[in-house]
Amino acid sequence: MSGLELSLGHYLSVSAALFVIGVFGIFVNRKNIIVILMAIELILLSVNVNLVAFSVFNGNIIGQVFAMLVLTVAAAEAAVGLAILVVYFRNRGAIAVEDVNVLRG
Amino acid sequence: MSFQELAALFIVLSPGIAAAIAGLGQRALGDKGSMALTTGILVIAAGLASVLFFNQVFGPHEGAAHSHTLVIARWIDVGTFVANWAIRIDTLSVVMMFVVTSVSALVHIYSIGYMADDPHRSRFFAYLSLFTFAMLMLVTADNFIQLFFGWEGVGLASYLLIGFWYKKPSANDAAIKAFVVNRVGDFGFALGIMALVFMIQVPAEFVGADGKPVAAYLQQAGITQFSSVGFDTVFNIIVNNVAVQPIGAPAAMPIQSVTLDFLGQHVWGIEIVGVLLFIGAMGKSAQFFLHTWLPDAMEGPTPVSALIHAATMVTAGVFLVCRCSYLYEHTVIAANVVTIIGAVTCFFAATVGLAQNDIKRVVAYSTCSQLGYMFFAAGLGAYQAAMFHLFTHAFFKALLFLSAGAVIHGMHHEQDMRNMGGLRKKMPLTWAMMLIGTLALTGVGIPAVEGLHIGFAGFFSKDAIIESAYASHDAYGPLAFWLSIGAAFLTSFYSWRLMFMTFEGKTRADHHTYDHAHDPPWVMVVPLILLAVGAVASGLVFYDAMVDHHQAAFWGSAIYTSPENHVLHDRHEVPFWVLLAPAGAWIGGLLFAVIFYLLAPSVPRKMAATGGPMHSFLSHKWYFDEIYHFVFVRGAVLLGDLFWKVGDKKIIDGMGPDGVTGVAKAGAGGLSRLHTGFLFHYALVILLAAVVFSAFVLLGQER
Repeated sequence: MSGLELSLGHYLSVSAALFVIGVFGIFVNRKNIIVILMAIELILLSVNVNLVAFSVFNGNIIGQVFAMLVLTVAAAEAAVGLAILVVYFRNRGAIAVEDVNVLRG
Repeated sequence: MSFQELAALFIVLSPGIAAAIAGLGQRALGDKGSMALTTGILVIAAGLASVLFFNQVFGPHEGAAHSHTLVIARWIDVGTFVANWAIRIDTLSVVMMFVVTSVSALVHIYSIGYMADDPHRSRFFAYLSLFTFAMLMLVTADNFIQLFFGWEGVGLASYLLIGFWYKKPSANDAAIKAFVVNRVGDFGFALGIMALVFMIQVPAEFVGADGKPVAAYLQQAGITQFSSVGFDTVFNIIVNNVAVQPIGAPAAMPIQSVTLDFLGQHVWGIEIVGVLLFIGAMGKSAQFFLHTWLPDAMEGPTPVSALIHAATMVTAGVFLVCRCSYLYEHTVIAANVVTIIGAVTCFFAATVGLAQNDIKRVVAYSTCSQLGYMFFAAGLGAYQAAMFHLFTHAFFKALLFLSAGAVIHGMHHEQDMRNMGGLRKKMPLTWAMMLIGTLALTGVGIPAVEGLHIGFAGFFSKDAIIESAYASHDAYGPLAFWLSIGAAFLTSFYSWRLMFMTFEGKTRADHHTYDHAHDPPWVMVVPLILLAVGAVASGLVFYDAMVDHHQAAFWGSAIYTSPENHVLHDRHEVPFWVLLAPAGAWIGGLLFAVIFYLLAPSVPRKMAATGGPMHSFLSHKWYFDEIYHFVFVRGAVLLGDLFWKVGDKKIIDGMGPDGVTGVAKAGAGGLSRLHTGFLFHYALVILLAAVVFSAFVLLGQER
């Protein structure tokens, strides 16, 4: 069964894949801000996977505690982000990414 | 403090204080207050000055031999460069104080009437008093620095008064022209003073440890206090040929053999100083080449023309040359330059006066011409005759100007003589005054009769100059003599032309103006009468003291004549025809004027209308303004354009402020384009930056 043994490398690979998907979710997406929020969640989750994997393999519980913290922050962040989004929609009538460029110089 | 000192102190300082009060407090004082203050002070000063003057003329002459200096304050004291605020009381300064304060007081009184309708009277009177103060500072200086202060002060007052009616563009142009042309002369003057400072240095072996010249040298040079710009020091050193050590010279040498390198030439030191100081005098006294500002200065109010541009300021140059008689008696080239420029000016200005139609311009060119007489007299060594003519000229020329002002006043500011004529019946008093001025200017008198000295002021002074020119042994004496005889003829012609065109014949004025023409009010007539007294009597009364038997005792040490200079004595031994020549000249001029302007007035009009080359040459004043415009004004404009458009705009602004802001703006524009406003771009930048930084950190750890 040595070929199926899950090593730390597997976990980190998944985590890295999730991270890259999240990052590209931000850049490549030109349509919807909600998708950006989801991509950020994905990045945070990839970090969580990292933390838990290291925690297990190093036998140190702190990593898992940290993962719980990140989940909490992510939930709060999602709540705040969505609230901003709702207000933004009320004001501007659209949440298409192309239109969100008030900072343009 | 003696009465003389107190009086001199009051005369010099009070006009300055009056000017400050009237100028700065014109709101509080009001027009009437400032007029009363300045005029009152000037009348008192004139009274005191005449006491000093008559004391000098009729009092005991023993005191006159010594000049007397009242030091008010130490101004500059740097090593041997010492300048005091001082009042030098000697015959020259007493004569000048009398001329300046008396003409100034009369002009102040006259202006009360002449400027009655002007809204800015307090400013006008403040300027007049300021001018008087500066002029008095000039004539009472005991060193070249204070003289230069007064010199610039009168230049400033002249500028302010020419441009007094600042709403007239022509007045502003004339004021600027006067100032700029005078700067050319003043540059020469300043260079002359610098050359003096450069030369008049104590030999090294005589300088003490504190940088002060030691007593032995002072005693040897006969000086009480050493000052490289003080009159006493400079003149003493020149006359006694004392050794000096110019800056940078290896050894001391007598001053008359000092040579300087100037414009690449090896020249005698005192000659170059003489020429440079005379260039200053040329500017202020409107001599040939630097005369162009004087006719234009007639844009100012007429009392100003009488005071500044006839009687006092323009004679400052003559005063300077006479003051420096100690210097010019020991120069050859410089004295010859003074003679030639003076003689040429007296003839040139007289020719131009023939073809002018503006009544004030005719008198202005006449002033220029008379100043030429004074200069060549001084150049030939007859300083006393120059000062005498300065003295009498102040009265009759101020009289002529103020009478011309009365005509202009009565004709509602009409100045063109072609629009006058027939005014004698309307303004008999003005006519009489102008007639006296003309007789004095043309030099009417009985010549060549021993014991019968009768004549107007100009007769005595001008004939003294003409005779001196003949008697002089100078190489340029004959040139000056013949030019001055010619100028005397022309003077008579244009003066009578002015009289006839203004007062005689049928009037050419429009009948409305003519009907309202009138003699001026009494406040203007009284100064005219007093000046007329001066124009009649000043020659007769002061001839003996100033140029004849008592001149040596009268002038004392104020004017120096070298032992070889006998010109004032020799002029009594000139041939008989020389005595008659000036009289012939004025009678000839009068005859021509009668023919042209009384008997056949159509002839000159036809000549002017056909405009031959001679007429246009004269009416364009020898094309001086045109040449100067072409060479200097246009050259300056071109040069200014080069510096402005290329030097300043392109190079300095281009590389400096404009360049920096341009780069900053372009840079900021480029940077602002990075701010697209799209979230994902910012995120990308953050990520890339994070990657780059991590890479750095990680790579750094590996090493």
